[in-house]
Amino acid sequence: MSATALPAVATPGQRWRRRYGLAAFGGGVILAWVLAALAAPWIAPYPPDFVDVAARLRPPSAAHWLGTDTLGRDVLSRVVHGARVSLSVGFVVVLLGALFGTLVGAVAAYAGRWAEEAMMRLTDLVFCFPPIILAMAIAAALGIGTANTCIAMLVVWWPKFARLARSLVLAQRNLEYVEAARSIGFPPSHILLRQILPNALGPLIVLVTLDLGNAILVFAGLSFLGLGTIPPTAEWGAMVGEGRQLVQQWWVATFPGLAILTVVMGFNFVGDGLRDWLDPHARTR
Amino acid sequence: MHGPDDPLLQVRDLRTWFLTDAGPVRAVDGVSFDLRRGETLGIVGESGSGKSVCAKSIMRLLEEPARIVGGSVTFRGRDLATLDEEAIREVRGRDIAMVFQDPMTSLNPVLRIARQLVEAMTAHGRFTAAAARARALALLGRMGVPAPARAVRSYPHQYSGGMRQRVMLAMGVSNEPALLIADEPTTALDVTIQAQILELLRGLNADLGTAVILISHDLGVIANLCSRVLVMYAGEVVEEGSPEALLGDPRHPYTWALLNAAPRLDAATEGRRLTTIEGQPPDPRAWPEGCRFRARCPFAVARCAEHPALLPVGPGRASRCWVTQGGGALLTPARPRPAAPPPPAEAEPLLVLSGVAKHFALPREGVFAPRRILRAVDGVDLVVRRGETVGLVGESGCGKSTLARLVTRLHEPTAGSIRFAGQDITHLPQAAIRPLRRRMQMIFQDPYGSLNPRMAVGEILAGPLLLHGIVADRAAAARRVAELLDIVNLPARAAARFPHEFSGGQRQRISIARALALQPDLVVADEPVSALDVNIQAQIINLMVELQDRFGLTYLFIAHDLAVMRHVCDRIVVLYLGKVMEVAPAEALFRAPLHPYTRTLIAAVPVPDPALERGRRSAPLPGEPPNPISPPQGCRFVTRCPLAQPICREVEPALRADGRGGAVACHLAEPAVAGAGPG
Repeated sequence: MSATALPAVATPGQRWRRRYGLAAFGGGVILAWVLAALAAPWIAPYPPDFVDVAARLRPPSAAHWLGTDTLGRDVLSRVVHGARVSLSVGFVVVLLGALFGTLVGAVAAYAGRWAEEAMMRLTDLVFCFPPIILAMAIAAALGIGTANTCIAMLVVWWPKFARLARSLVLAQRNLEYVEAARSIGFPPSHILLRQILPNALGPLIVLVTLDLGNAILVFAGLSFLGLGTIPPTAEWGAMVGEGRQLVQQWWVATFPGLAILTVVMGFNFVGDGLRDWLDPHARTR
Repeated sequence: MHGPDDPLLQVRDLRTWFLTDAGPVRAVDGVSFDLRRGETLGIVGESGSGKSVCAKSIMRLLEEPARIVGGSVTFRGRDLATLDEEAIREVRGRDIAMVFQDPMTSLNPVLRIARQLVEAMTAHGRFTAAAARARALALLGRMGVPAPARAVRSYPHQYSGGMRQRVMLAMGVSNEPALLIADEPTTALDVTIQAQILELLRGLNADLGTAVILISHDLGVIANLCSRVLVMYAGEVVEEGSPEALLGDPRHPYTWALLNAAPRLDAATEGRRLTTIEGQPPDPRAWPEGCRFRARCPFAVARCAEHPALLPVGPGRASRCWVTQGGGALLTPARPRPAAPPPPAEAEPLLVLSGVAKHFALPREGVFAPRRILRAVDGVDLVVRRGETVGLVGESGCGKSTLARLVTRLHEPTAGSIRFAGQDITHLPQAAIRPLRRRMQMIFQDPYGSLNPRMAVGEILAGPLLLHGIVADRAAAARRVAELLDIVNLPARAAARFPHEFSGGQRQRISIARALALQPDLVVADEPVSALDVNIQAQIINLMVELQDRFGLTYLFIAHDLAVMRHVCDRIVVLYLGKVMEVAPAEALFRAPLHPYTRTLIAAVPVPDPALERGRRSAPLPGEPPNPISPPQGCRFVTRCPLAQPICREVEPALRADGRGGAVACHLAEPAVAGAGPG
């Protein structure tokens, strides 16, 4: 009868913090960056491409919180404006890539037979190339510019979504609710898009979130190599590239680098939190 | 110290709770019992009654957040509930072994069987590796695994479920434990294989003196094997006694309900409505005050508001019930006699299959290997008349589910023809079948997989209505959804909820409502009650019978449970390896089965009558069904048939009319042979 010795159970608040604390922190970081990007023209102290040669390579000070670069441009203003480029490229590439990849993978899985073979072998083909090298080649062929770089990234971006979507749809395809929908007479497009895909969405959303940071990183990398944006545009990777030889003037490369770090980390934390939340096993623990 | 006359196992006031975020789930809530050496104890109850958790608590195989919060488990004088991890590991496998329900997952798929058996034996230091290896071979032979020397070198996936369960049993007894706990060991197996495994368990108990705790939801299985039975409900033992006493004269209304809700193979022909109890088991987070069964009990009296104790009601038996404390028996409900026989056949049958076959091409094993063909259905003739219930029965792999999907044209037949309502639908393209789908619908087996988890029940039911233009708009659809929910006895507010908010039985009602939404003529029900507890099963059967009367439905009913089949079907088709073995009116089939396969199937079903089960000494049907990729020459059943003659190996018997409204495919089933059969 002595049910009195029950162990202390964590309060719901404690449990929530333990499980989703990092995700909330990451979400806060992302939110801050998104707001900063939206409000860039108003919160940046200078225009991003305002050149003041007299004030070049100034360390952080009251006038220039994060210092100035080789052309005397304000680093803080350029970092805040750079968020607009990086975040929008990240969202565009990942969302379009996910949409296309998911459609390819889902249709392949549902159609089966030769259609699946053809689509998945094409996916494998793209997968064979190291993504940065392929994107570099495409970017070089199309010419340098933000839009072209996005296109280059999209070409290499969708296969992972195709593979994930295929495996998710395959797992759902043989469940009885799909057979039930077929026996009622729903056409295949309805079954795939309205019945199966909603059930496959969870892991795809997790991948999208984790991948946003990745896309931003790759884009910054391409810009760093001079393939991303056309020079006067403020972009984090390009800024790190410009500052990489300035050892004494550490602030030129460090602050855009920190911006990349925080955004990528933020997306990873949110993605991990989402994965825990969507995984029923992890949730009951 | 522990004396030779003390019980082997003494469980006292065991409480195992799941300490979840939403408060404690009191899964096992004060269970006490004794087990003597060599005794066979059965534990019955429906899902959620706490029987499995109880067994796992004995071995301390509990995962967080489950915890033993009170009571003791005294095994040979030691309290297992308080032993440290190291000491309990010593007990597991050596003194107490466990066999689980799912033979597909309880063996490690990447290790050879030999290694798993040897490790189980050497882990406790009782055997050297060489001795363990020799013993593994001997044990597998004892368990009836053919060619043990080859078996030990195999991987688990190379074996069928029944064979794996034999390996599990070999592993269980390998260290000569004093106690073997078997948790639903035969639930995943076919009835003939179940009979083999039960026979094996009985033999182990008799030969090795191993005490057995058998957990099952099936009273027939319990009656077959056990010398004492515990009935669990809502985390408590509600009745205890010998199977003869419990099954002949139940003294707890829950035992009574379990006994009467199950259709019985041995009973006289009965009406189609089963006795059921209302409602669902209570929520284990908040067991009701007083008797936990009171809300569903048809016998409840005022005193039931007080929680009853488990008190003796006779020699060697006890019950947790105020009503039977005075010594009174619970009256047996009269099983209603069958209504008038079904109406005479119409001129044109609703569904006619002739020579229907479905062959699946399997991937080649190598580049030059021949393409292998799986003959799932291999030439089936079948006629279903309007208003009739036709049953398809057979063991797994006999092709019954494939046949259901051929009838509904989810698959396209490889050969033969299917006529539905006078129209040839054998090779119609899917677009041309779509309008016909209104007239034939399916009910599926898995109440968890057959409803889309992301759609509200209202959407699930409105979808077919809108697709086929049965209702004009969403408002009309909503009205019809409410009607449909009412037809299957669910409240109208269910429409706004999602499938996971419902229990298995309620989901099956939703599935039935979905099938009825289109007002079909033919409903193909693929194992609609197999996944349900016996009381819920009875409710669903009653509902299906009632709906048939009300809407004039025709059922093609697929099941592996012969008692259920006999109960609901007018005619039964027995399938084996994709072929029809026998077709007959249900009553005739069970009274005088003609085909040897039918006879062995019927004989293998355990019935909840210990006298009958003890008296049964006929050896179960040996062997397992052959691989449908390479079926035997001649009669398909020849490899397992107890009567096989040379002709059976050479000539495949045709399906011949048997002169009593059925047909049989057997060379030997002449009237004379039939007369000599059990009858």
